[in-house]
Amino acid sequence: MAIDIGKLDTFPKLLMYHAQIRPEKPAIREKDLGIWQTHRWGEFAAEVRAAACGLAGAGLRRGEHFALVSDNRPRLYAMMYAVQCLGGIPVPLYQDAVATEMAFPIQNAEIRFAFAEDQEQVDKLLEITPQCPTLKHIVYDDPRGLRHYGQEGLTSYEDLLAKGREALQRDPAFLDAEIAKGRGADTAAMLFTSGTTAMPKGVALTHHALIDRAQAAAELEKLGDSDVVLAYLPPAWVGQFIFSLAQPLVTGYCICCPEAPETVMTDMREIGPTYYFAPPRVLEALLTQVSIRMEDASRVKRWLYRRFMAVANRAGGAILDGRPVSAIDRVLYFFGDIFIYGPLRNVLGMSQVRVAYTAGEAIGPDLFKFYRSIGINLKQLYGSTETSVFVCIQPNGQVKPDTVGPAVKGVELKFTSERELVIRSPGLFKEYYKNPQATAEAKDREGWFHTGDAGYFDADGHVKIIDRVKDVGTLADGTLFAPKYLENKLKFFPYVKEAVAFGQGRERVCAFINIDMDAVANWAEKRNLSYSGYTDLASRAEVCDLVRDCVEKVNADLSQEAEIANSQIHRFLVLHKELDADDGELTRTRKVRRGAIGEKYRMLVDALYDGRSSVHVEAQVKYEDGRTGALSADLKVRDAKTFPVAAARKAA
Amino acid sequence: MNRAYPVGETVLAVEGVSLAFGGVQALREVSFDVREHEVRAIIGPNGAGKSSMLNVINGVYHPQQGTIRFRTNGAWREFHDMDSNEAARLGVARTFQNIALFKGMSVLDNILTGRNLKMRCNFLEQAVWIGRARNEELAHRRAVEEVIDFLEIQHIRKTPVGKLPYGLQKRVELGRALAAEPALLLLDEPMAGMNLEEKQDMCRFILDVNDHYGTTIVLIEHDMGVVMDISDRVVVLDYGRKIGDGSPGEIRGNQAVIDAYLGVAH
Repeated sequence: MAIDIGKLDTFPKLLMYHAQIRPEKPAIREKDLGIWQTHRWGEFAAEVRAAACGLAGAGLRRGEHFALVSDNRPRLYAMMYAVQCLGGIPVPLYQDAVATEMAFPIQNAEIRFAFAEDQEQVDKLLEITPQCPTLKHIVYDDPRGLRHYGQEGLTSYEDLLAKGREALQRDPAFLDAEIAKGRGADTAAMLFTSGTTAMPKGVALTHHALIDRAQAAAELEKLGDSDVVLAYLPPAWVGQFIFSLAQPLVTGYCICCPEAPETVMTDMREIGPTYYFAPPRVLEALLTQVSIRMEDASRVKRWLYRRFMAVANRAGGAILDGRPVSAIDRVLYFFGDIFIYGPLRNVLGMSQVRVAYTAGEAIGPDLFKFYRSIGINLKQLYGSTETSVFVCIQPNGQVKPDTVGPAVKGVELKFTSERELVIRSPGLFKEYYKNPQATAEAKDREGWFHTGDAGYFDADGHVKIIDRVKDVGTLADGTLFAPKYLENKLKFFPYVKEAVAFGQGRERVCAFINIDMDAVANWAEKRNLSYSGYTDLASRAEVCDLVRDCVEKVNADLSQEAEIANSQIHRFLVLHKELDADDGELTRTRKVRRGAIGEKYRMLVDALYDGRSSVHVEAQVKYEDGRTGALSADLKVRDAKTFPVAAARKAA
Repeated sequence: MNRAYPVGETVLAVEGVSLAFGGVQALREVSFDVREHEVRAIIGPNGAGKSSMLNVINGVYHPQQGTIRFRTNGAWREFHDMDSNEAARLGVARTFQNIALFKGMSVLDNILTGRNLKMRCNFLEQAVWIGRARNEELAHRRAVEEVIDFLEIQHIRKTPVGKLPYGLQKRVELGRALAAEPALLLLDEPMAGMNLEEKQDMCRFILDVNDHYGTTIVLIEHDMGVVMDISDRVVVLDYGRKIGDGSPGEIRGNQAVIDAYLGVAH
């Protein structure tokens, strides 16, 4: 049951409310030194109060921005709440960003205060202080390696708490007064959009917007204080912010922080979350792991797996949706649940999952069906940073692989004549920080937010998104060209990790393919193909053939859809390196930057179109420590078979 | 950058040590000292006697001549030949050039073996596992978990060591040595066979150990970049003789060392 919000119009007020009514219930868990440590609402709120008083002592002012660079840890969340208690605005930054990427938000918001998880993050912040003269105070969590840094303004979290506790004792009423000053219309957080195309923009979200949306979704899914969530995605991403900060406060559920990024799978199995979010790429990686392990299993197990997965494929989704299923299938599914699906859910750490969401990009229909067929209630949702996430959610029983569901309560939707989705919702953002022009472009005078996504309503009133409006283009002959649609179709193959389609204003469509190292390496091993590394494997003729088969299947598929049948992929090449955010080829949320890639690999694009059969490439790669290295390779450019447009459709 | 544990007085002095295996003279009257909290490197071409020197310090080899003086709790102890058990009790821990872990055991158990000398309960108590034995095991487990946290190997805690890549096995071996809470840590080629990233990680861990626990470290290494970067002082051996001793800067300019490494026309 979601709680009655009433006068509790800010996050700090909600936090204090939970501390009062459920002080002994778990608020945050973290695995530390191999043991799950629980922070209860009562003690957690006390820590937040101390931290807030510490920050007040250090001079944090109302309305001031506060940068946070940390993985999911209880102290990160304590700091966010503490900042909000004083009317400050937390600005979580991506913890894997390189130092120069952190400079922009800090300069943009003239940030004076920052919180850093450990020495690595402190070093990054210190590195950019020359460009960011405003940055004066850094609070760090893990003191390892930092004890004798000696820079002015560097404080440990413990010291901050100690000072805060002192101040709290001297003047216990101060903080309550500060919390009471907060209003729902105040900015609760500023999140920087990933910037698929341009410089990142700071999206200011109010307490009211976030609370409203968090509550609408919590009511729809009947979330309550017995739910458990694993906080494992970057805190700078709006989804993580909603799932591990806004929704816990609206419902009182408990979030769990994994021990380290590498231990997420194990931690998830131990915790057994009931409410789960995963972007499609995570779900895909999990399925790939399962498939690889299944291939190595004994023959009996493989046989069982195949047989029962066929049953699940046939009946699983229908059983989950409550649609009629034949009695035989029901019995078979029952046994399948005992022998295969149950254990499989357990291995995935999803035994307890009641509601699972996926969003961020299109999910492959097979992948989506797989999870649903083994009894995991995976659903799609639609939203963005600007809309406080929840715009559309698929309700239980109305789940389809290719739509994102109808509008959530409180949201108005419509499509413009250019097929752009526009939204009016209480969850809309306040503004792009210091960018009134962009704000005006995105949010028109009547309050409609222009998403930039193109799509349409299907027959049941569900929203279907096909691509970004500005990316939907035309080929030279005028046919519709939706690159992301093509790329997604390619990415649904396990062997394809990323794809980049080109064709805007050209005669034909061509594509770059990035192979998936895990899947292709396993495939190669089964065929006794030897290779020395990624580049070598990607340039093998056998791998090119494998990829060609995928491309041709996509083409066959496209030939069935009259409108875009002409955008079949004529030529492709397999890239010699993995596209990487560090090289500016993907955004931090791993979306392809088509323009940047087209620029960077202009030579390769030219080769696709001028009919050459191979091209030599030399590329610079940036290692994680900031050094650069060079890669060179000969890439083969291949033709793919295309299919005539399906006659039946054409006639119709 | 000032250090949490500034380099202090001498804690280990090797004086006139000679070691021969039959006719092969591995060490000839080698003398050097190691100061508290410092990172001391031993370098030299192949067969120079570096590993033999480490083996003498922790009592695996027994030199024919010379003494080793070791300072514990402010008092000097002098050994003609060190006994390896005694060395361990004095707080000397080491890693090996060829990884010497228990391949079939998990990372956790391997590191736990590093606590062996600190176990006080007899095996009967441990078999019954109540009271003292239980509390003791909890304390040891905590110490091991701290090492695991320190070396950032939580994700392989329960993985059998034999399944791990080489770089991680090296890290586990360092973990086992650290679990003994050593005063003096001997590292025999901690970076051999590693790629650049693994080397950087290992360098960081070695410096962190020195910085965080104040452990005195003696290491053998072939990668000159690493040695020059992380060590305070360097000893150079060649054919069992000491041919140089000093700060990395001094060693870099030492003609005898350059000749030993590059070879000279005779």
